Amino acid sequence: MESVEVLVAHIQGLSRSPDEVSHLHSLLKQSEDALRSHASRLAPFLSQLDPSIHTLGYLFLLEAYSSGSISGEEASGFLLTVVEFINSCSAEQIQLAPEKFISVCKSFKDQVMQLGVPMQGIAPLWMAVRKLQTSTEQLTTLHSDYLLLCLLAKCYKAGLSILDDDIFEVDHPRDHFLYCYYGGMINIGLKRFEKALACLHNVVTAPMTTLNAICVEAYKKYILVSLILNGQVPSFPKYTSSAAHRNLKNYTQPYVDLANFYASGKFSELEACIQTNQEKFLSDSNLGLVKQVLSSLYKRNIQRLTQTYLTLSLQDIANVAQLNNPKEAEMHVLQMIQDGEIFATINQKDGMVSFHEDPEQYKSCRMTEHIDFSIQRLMALSKKLSSLDDNLSCDPQYLSKVGKERQKFDFDEFDSVSHKFM
Amino acid sequence: MAGFEKQLSAPLSKGIAEEVMEGDDEAFDGAPMGNEEMFSNGGDIDDPRHTPISTLGKAGASGGGELMDVEAYASLYTGRTKVVRLLFIAKRCGNEAMQLEALRMAHDEIKKGEDTRLYHEVTTRIGDRLGPQYALDQTWADIVDRRAEHRKEKLENEFNSYKTNMIKESIRMGYNDIADFYYAQGELGDAFKNYVRTRDYCTTSKHIIQMCLNVILVSIELEQFMHVSNYVSKAEQTPEQLDPIMNSKLRCAAGLAYLETKKYKLAARKFLETGIELGNNYTDVIAPQDVAIYGGLCALASFDRTELKNKVIDNINFSNFLELVPEVRELINDFYASHYASCLEYLENLKPNLLLDIHLHDHIEMLYTEIRHKAIIQYTLPFISVELHTMAGAFKTSVAGLEKELEALITENKIQARIDSHNKILYARHADQRNATFQRVLQTGVEFERDVRAMLLRANLIKHESIMKSTRKL
Repeated sequence: MESVEVLVAHIQGLSRSPDEVSHLHSLLKQSEDALRSHASRLAPFLSQLDPSIHTLGYLFLLEAYSSGSISGEEASGFLLTVVEFINSCSAEQIQLAPEKFISVCKSFKDQVMQLGVPMQGIAPLWMAVRKLQTSTEQLTTLHSDYLLLCLLAKCYKAGLSILDDDIFEVDHPRDHFLYCYYGGMINIGLKRFEKALACLHNVVTAPMTTLNAICVEAYKKYILVSLILNGQVPSFPKYTSSAAHRNLKNYTQPYVDLANFYASGKFSELEACIQTNQEKFLSDSNLGLVKQVLSSLYKRNIQRLTQTYLTLSLQDIANVAQLNNPKEAEMHVLQMIQDGEIFATINQKDGMVSFHEDPEQYKSCRMTEHIDFSIQRLMALSKKLSSLDDNLSCDPQYLSKVGKERQKFDFDEFDSVSHKFM
Repeated sequence: MAGFEKQLSAPLSKGIAEEVMEGDDEAFDGAPMGNEEMFSNGGDIDDPRHTPISTLGKAGASGGGELMDVEAYASLYTGRTKVVRLLFIAKRCGNEAMQLEALRMAHDEIKKGEDTRLYHEVTTRIGDRLGPQYALDQTWADIVDRRAEHRKEKLENEFNSYKTNMIKESIRMGYNDIADFYYAQGELGDAFKNYVRTRDYCTTSKHIIQMCLNVILVSIELEQFMHVSNYVSKAEQTPEQLDPIMNSKLRCAAGLAYLETKKYKLAARKFLETGIELGNNYTDVIAPQDVAIYGGLCALASFDRTELKNKVIDNINFSNFLELVPEVRELINDFYASHYASCLEYLENLKPNLLLDIHLHDHIEMLYTEIRHKAIIQYTLPFISVELHTMAGAFKTSVAGLEKELEALITENKIQARIDSHNKILYARHADQRNATFQRVLQTGVEFERDVRAMLLRANLIKHESIMKSTRKL
C-alpha cells in the first residue's frame, strides 16, 4: 500500500510539464506489477487524483484496477469513473500510453455489455475514439468497439459520424476487418446500400493470407446487398487475395445459389430457394436481408419496363413482373414512385401507367454546387494519391528492388536508379 | 414445260410469284417424275415466325413453295458430295416418295463407285421398298471388295519400290494414288493423312495447289473447317499467279469454312468475290446456285445498307450468279426497296428446300432471324412515330407478336424507341446527350472516389502486413 501512496504522490507532483510527465511515465512503467497486485483496493486512491491534470497516472491506476475482476456492486461505480475520466482526460498524455487506454476502454465496453446497457457506453466511447486518434484518418481498435455498441443499442445514426470519416491509416489489420464489417451492417440498417457495399467490399478484398470468419460473414452480406442494389453480384476484382478468391464460394453456397436464381429472374424459383435454405439464413441472421432481396426482384423487373415502354397497362405489368393481379402491380408501382425509384403516373381510369424521363435537368444551383463540391473532393484525393506515389518512389527499399531488377549492363541508357541503391 | 406452268398458275394468286416461277432456271424444273408435288400456296400465309423445326417433318407442306426436284438438284453435283447430299435429303425430308427417289439415285451413284460401306448403308435404308433391283447385291459388294484388296496390295508394293528409289516425284505420286484410293473407298481419315503427307514431296506450286485442293475436299466432307481455312491460305500464298478458276474454287472453299464457323460477314464477302468462271468446275463441292444462295443470305443477314448496295446489288460479277436463283435476287432487291412483306415471303418459300442443304441447314434459323430483325430495324429508322397496326400489316404478323419482338430489340438497344402500349404506337426516342453526359460524369466521380479510397486503404494494410510479417495472427 505504501508503494501505491508513494506513487500517488509522485503522480501529483510530476504532472505539470512534458519532461516531468515522461519521467513519471517511466516510474509508472516500473511499478506496473505492484499496482496490479493491489488491483481491488485502488478505488479510493483514484479519488485523490484529478483526471484532467494527472491523466497518465490516473490511467495507470485505472488500468490496474480494471484488470482485476470487478464485482457487481462496484460495476456501476466503475462505469461512472471511467466516463468521467474519458470526458476530462488530456489527449497528449493519453498518447503516451495508448495500449493502456485501449484496455481500459475495452473493459468498460465489456462491463457495459454485461450490464446490458449499451446505450450508456456510446457517448463516452465516441469521446474516447476522438481523443485516441492522432488524425481523423486513423483507425484505432476502439472504432470497432464503438460501432459494436451502436449496433447493439440500435443507435445507427450515432455510428454515422465515425463512419463518415475516411480511413487511410490502419494500425492493426484485424481492427480493419471488424470495423468494415460493423460499418457495413450499420449502413444496411440505415438503408445506405451503396456505402454498405463499399464497406463490405473492403472486407472481402482486403489483403489476407488465410480466410477468416469475418470475411465469410461479410461476403454473405455482400452478396445480398449487391443483389438488392445492382441485381447482380460482381466477380472478384483482381486485387482480391487468392485465399478469398478460392475459398469464399465454398463457405457461402446457399447465397451463391440465391444469386443464381435471382439472375434467372423467375420469382417462383427464387422463393423456392429461399424456402429450402431458410434455416441457414435464419442462423446467419440474414433473413431480413433475404426478404428485401425478394422484393427487389419485382422492382428490377418493373424498372426494366421503363426502358422499353412509354405507357403500359397494369395488367401487362402484372404479367411481366409475375404478380398476381393488376391491383398488386399498382401497389408496387405506387411504392416505387414514392421512393423515387421510377418516374411515372398512374391513370386509374384506363388502368395505364405512363413512364416519364428523369426530370433532373442538371441546370439548378444545387446541382452546380454538388458538382463543384465533388470536383474539389476529387482533386484533394488525387493530390493525396500523387503525394503517396512520390513518397514511395523515394523509399530506399523500393529503389533497391527496382535497381536490382533492371539490366546492369546498359551503360548507354539513362541511369534512372542511382548505383548507391543497388 | 407448258403443262408445268399451267399447273403453277392455277393455285398461285400472287402475280409476282408467277413471274418468278416462269423465269425459273433449269435447277428447279424438270420433267415431272411423278414424285413432284405441288402444294397450293393458299390464301393466307402462315405466321412467318412459326418455328420451322416443327415443319421439318413436312417440308414443303407449310404453305411454302414447291417441293424440291431431287433429280435436278442432284444433277448439279458430282462425286461423293452428290451421294452425301442425297442421303441427307433422304434423312431429312418427311416425304416418303421424295425419300425413295433420293435413295434410289444415291444407290445408282454409289454403284458407279467403289465404296461398299456406303452401299450397305443405302441398301439397308431402302429396305425392300424399291423392288429387287435395289436390294443388297452381296456379290457385287464382294467383287468390289476383292478388287479393292488387290489394288491396295499393288499400290503398297509400288509405293515401297518408289520409297527405295527415293525419287521425290514418284513418292509424291505414290502417296497421292494411295490417298485417292482411300477416298474412293470412303476411308476419309486415311485419305486425309496421305494427302497431307504429299506436302513434303511437292516441288512445284502446281503440286502444292493440287495437294491443297485435295485436302480441302476431304476436310469439307469430314467437316473439319479449320483445316479448310488453313489450306486455303496455304494455296493462296504460292508465289505463282493462280488462274481464275482456281481462285474461285479457293474463295468458295473459304466462304464455306466461314459459313460453317458462323462468321457470316466474312463468308458473304468470300462468296461475293467468287468469279463466274467457277461455272461447273467445282461441282464436287459446290454448285453456282449455292454460291448465290449462301452469298445472298449471308450478305442480307450481316451487311448494312451501303455494303449491300455496293457489294451485292451493283456487283456485276455476282449478278451472274443471282441469275441462276432469281428468288434470291428478288428478295435482296425487295429488302433494299423496303418491300418487307414480299421479301419475307420469298424467304419462307425458300426455307423448306434450304433445310435440306447439308451446309446451310443449321444456319438457317440464325440467318433468318437476323434478316427479320434487320428488316424491322430498317423499317423503324426513318420515323418519329409508327403505328403498330400498319407495321404489323407490313410484316404480316399480329400486333401483340410485333410488340414482343420490338421489346426484345429495344432491350438489346438495337432500336432507340419507346412503345406506347395504350395507343399502340412506337415513338422514336433519342437520348438526351447532355443529361446522359452529366449522369455519367457524376457516376465516374463516385466510382473514382470509392476505388481510390479503397486502394489507399489496401496499400496501407499491405504496408503494415509487410512490416509485421508472419508473426501476426489475426
